[in-house]
Amino acid sequence: MAVSIVLPRALFQYAKGSNTVVLDGPCSTVEQALEALAERLPAVTDRVLTEQGQLRPHVNVFLGEESVRFLDGLATKVPDGATITIVPAVSGG
Amino acid sequence: MDSGSTLVLVGTSKGAFILSADRSRERWSVDGPHFPGESVYALAYDDRGGRQRLLAATRSFHWGSTIRSSDDFGQSWTGPERQNIRFPESSGLSLVQVWQILPGPTDEPNLLWAGVEPSCLFESRDGGESWSPVKGLLDHEHRKQWTPGGGGMCLHTIVPNAADPKRMIVAMSTGGVYRTEDAGASWRPRNVGVRAQFLPNKYPEFGQCVHKVVNHPGKPERLFLQNHWGLYRSDDWGDTWQDVANGVPSDFGFCMQMHPHDPDTVYIVPIQSDEFRCVPEAKLRVYRTRNAGMSWEPLSKGLPQHGAFETVVRDALTADAHDPAGIYFGTRNGKVFASANDGDEWKLIVDGLPSVCCVKAAVVS
Repeated sequence: MAVSIVLPRALFQYAKGSNTVVLDGPCSTVEQALEALAERLPAVTDRVLTEQGQLRPHVNVFLGEESVRFLDGLATKVPDGATITIVPAVSGG
Repeated sequence: MDSGSTLVLVGTSKGAFILSADRSRERWSVDGPHFPGESVYALAYDDRGGRQRLLAATRSFHWGSTIRSSDDFGQSWTGPERQNIRFPESSGLSLVQVWQILPGPTDEPNLLWAGVEPSCLFESRDGGESWSPVKGLLDHEHRKQWTPGGGGMCLHTIVPNAADPKRMIVAMSTGGVYRTEDAGASWRPRNVGVRAQFLPNKYPEFGQCVHKVVNHPGKPERLFLQNHWGLYRSDDWGDTWQDVANGVPSDFGFCMQMHPHDPDTVYIVPIQSDEFRCVPEAKLRVYRTRNAGMSWEPLSKGLPQHGAFETVVRDALTADAHDPAGIYFGTRNGKVFASANDGDEWKLIVDGLPSVCCVKAAVVS
């Protein structure tokens, strides 16, 4: 089954206006899902990950309703049919 | 915008503002914010090669940093879609933000430099389309010993030598001054005489927290330096530094600006101390030397002299190229002041902005 990635409004402009990207290929971890996203929409993943492939400090990625920071980070396993949600953290000044 | 118009680019913690006036610099229009919500620590105007291009380094708290450009004075800005300043994977480093954008010499209209955090110099040879790190600094043996100052570990100052394109000075906090004589292939620390108040060894080879270095294109090997405690001049292209804090209320400060036409005239805004980062006695005063640091005079006409708890950070003081020169500065409290006569008199030209991070001025070509 496909994995869906839900984007925050700030990134719609880098996803041709879409708020959800459906990945057709297999991806077993969050990292693989983001790699698949990068192949289609590199400008989106540029804003989610640093050039070292690490999650930016003030960006949260949820698998279902759980932040991957409290799971296994980018190595978190992704079940078929899962929804990954990218959201800006509640931070700033 | 008409040729000869004056442009003042103001970067703040929550966006950029474009101030413009005619040659008289009496009435200002304010346009902005551009990039609302993003901090803008570096701005530049590039008029080489027939361009009229604004460059802005923007940083989203969430989504990272990039350099954007506009060829219509901010009516529209180009992407880029991808982060255009990137450290190579092998470095293990990730861009935090851009602290300085500097167009290169007029005879190389596609050359630009950017100083970034974590400390490194990037170079573009295609007018800012693509950027590469300067390897001699990226791989510098001292890198592991550079440490962050209060603003982060940043390379904030780029000082070319107008007489020799292979020579350049950069400054970083902390790390100090580094110099290349071979177009960036190798870099040597040049901090002899510069104090590191915050270290057990007050005069190390490197590790100083230099806040700004300036020179004049007509006399490129004479340098002036505002340090984290200390005000210095070098007459030998940074080989040695002499204290020139003659008559200033504090030798702590961040910003420093060279006069565009007079190589003996430099401006600073002293700050009381590193613990109380406001102007001394709550009097907002720019200090000017007209004799290369032998003495400094306060410039306060038109500036608030009571209850002015103001701070001017390292890139928030600048000059235009008119004669007499326009001098400008912005404060952490969101005020921008301007002088149209070399600093003799000042007026507040905009108030209520977010905290000002940088101010750059230009005369439209």
